[in-house]
Amino acid sequence: MSQLSRDEVAHLADLARIDLDDAELDHLAPQLNVILEAVASIQGVAGADVVPTSHPIPMTNVFREDVVVPGLTPEQALSGAPASEDQKFSVPRILGDEQ
Amino acid sequence: MSSWIHKTAAEQADALAAGEVTSVELVQAHLDQIAATNDGPDGLNSFLHVDAEGALVQAKASDERRAEGQPLHPLDGVPIAIKDVLATKGLPTTAGSKILEGWVPPYDGTVTAKIRAAGLPILGKTNMDEFAMGSANENSAYGPVRNPWDRTRIPGGSGGGSAAAVAAFQAPLAIGSDTGGSIRQPGAMTGTVGVKPTYGSVSRYGVIALANSLDQLGPCTRTVLDAALLQELIGGHDPLDSTSVPGKLEGLVEAARSGAAGDLSGVRIGIVTELQGDAWSAPVVERFDEAIEVLRGLGAEITEVSLPSFVHAMAAYYLILPAECSSNLAKFDAMRYGLRVTPDGSPSAEEVMRVSRDAGFGDEVKRRILIGTYALSSGYYDAYYGQAQKIRTLIIEDFKKAFESVDLLVSPTAPTTAWALGEKTDDPLANYLQDLATIPANLAGVPGISVPSGTSSADGLPTGIQFLAPVLEDARLYRVGAALEAALTERWGGRIVPSSYAQEGE
Repeated sequence: MSQLSRDEVAHLADLARIDLDDAELDHLAPQLNVILEAVASIQGVAGADVVPTSHPIPMTNVFREDVVVPGLTPEQALSGAPASEDQKFSVPRILGDEQ
Repeated sequence: MSSWIHKTAAEQADALAAGEVTSVELVQAHLDQIAATNDGPDGLNSFLHVDAEGALVQAKASDERRAEGQPLHPLDGVPIAIKDVLATKGLPTTAGSKILEGWVPPYDGTVTAKIRAAGLPILGKTNMDEFAMGSANENSAYGPVRNPWDRTRIPGGSGGGSAAAVAAFQAPLAIGSDTGGSIRQPGAMTGTVGVKPTYGSVSRYGVIALANSLDQLGPCTRTVLDAALLQELIGGHDPLDSTSVPGKLEGLVEAARSGAAGDLSGVRIGIVTELQGDAWSAPVVERFDEAIEVLRGLGAEITEVSLPSFVHAMAAYYLILPAECSSNLAKFDAMRYGLRVTPDGSPSAEEVMRVSRDAGFGDEVKRRILIGTYALSSGYYDAYYGQAQKIRTLIIEDFKKAFESVDLLVSPTAPTTAWALGEKTDDPLANYLQDLATIPANLAGVPGISVPSGTSSADGLPTGIQFLAPVLEDARLYRVGAALEAALTERWGGRIVPSSYAQEGE
């Protein structure tokens, strides 16, 4: 298995929306490679005939009756918000400069 | 060992029923123990938040119910601690992360609600590895927990706080969560009992999810009977948890009580071939072998069973878990709750998100999110995540086959005793290897228990033995666990306890 380069780790961090600085990249990239090396052993262990399992106890879709039950009040729902206004979550601008 | 805090939960419940003690007295005694042992340079740091006022109000209400002959449950009035991964309305819930510092949930998780409905006063929230990622509790953003047996050692993880609290008599009962061993391994490290129930048999509504297909809440206690009492209290189907199994497991307490009588004749127990060898330290194996002889003496039929795919369990787990957690933790986006760090200028929501997640997550969380993101990327999905899911199938098949010839499987819970704080902090893989024996149960959804097997002849620290049973057969764990516990306790002349905490409060 190929090693992850520092640039590839930076790309993964970008996909995961985590702003890693240079020192963090230096620190984490080699550790990720050690971990990936340890888990790479599973490649090729199970053949095409083995069905993948996503859930240990098989279940079909679970439905409930469509009954109205009390939910959180707007005040409760907003109680942990970093910022709120007019009973709504207040967020930074969502468009980039160029948009 | 005459003070109330040194009694088991069952003994405390009996004393409440007999009118020998009040819930207010029990709660105050535990609050005193927490005050004396939690903080300061030598403190255990097992509690992140103590709700003295709330617990005493709940205790007073419990005493009033008792006085009127209307207790809500046999454990009404017995105090409990809750791992900080479970939402508690009005009590801070951080999952050990800076990104949730100061968050106070506006609702109760189902298990919290069940605890309140049964009248158990909630002492507070216990420390844990950040988002339950760790085997030493050193990944908590609020500092490590110290092991009550030796305060220079780790207590295990991720539920080091719950295990240490129970071991140090800060609480008779605690809730833990076990995704790859986070209840059982700290149990082994602290000489306490920890149970991971069958997947889905205890609700996860209100649990800050790590990996949904693996997570399970369960009891942390000092005795097998106490664990059974707690699992019966918190178990049962929950319409709010879509992977909750139907029905409710019954007969756990009965199994623990009958098991303590010590007759295991006809019970077939298989030693797992793949959970032996060089990775297992000699003192752990010594206590394990001794426990096996005790089980044989009680009438159990001991054989050896091979589950060949177990050798791939750790690798499969450390792909499945990061994949699920990288998706789960995407919700920490600095918009609706949690930490928001706003860089200078006029940053966009995405820039705020990136900076906040970098500031709010610790190293282990970042590592797992990055590995998960990689394992799920196009081009790598089949080779990593897809392959891991297939290994999971093979492990489930191994369990099914093994349980055709034995009733339970057995292994040491963890390869070593507790190591020194700081020894493996920056070596993720060394921590992952601690979970060799506990991970297969999470991958297959089967229940497992860790029971103290003694103390190491090398360092005097506790060791644990783990039993695994088929899905929904949790009662078998309680029967065999209680039988072994009773026999070993008799041999030792009492339960093993960390001596410096056993003396205090007398």
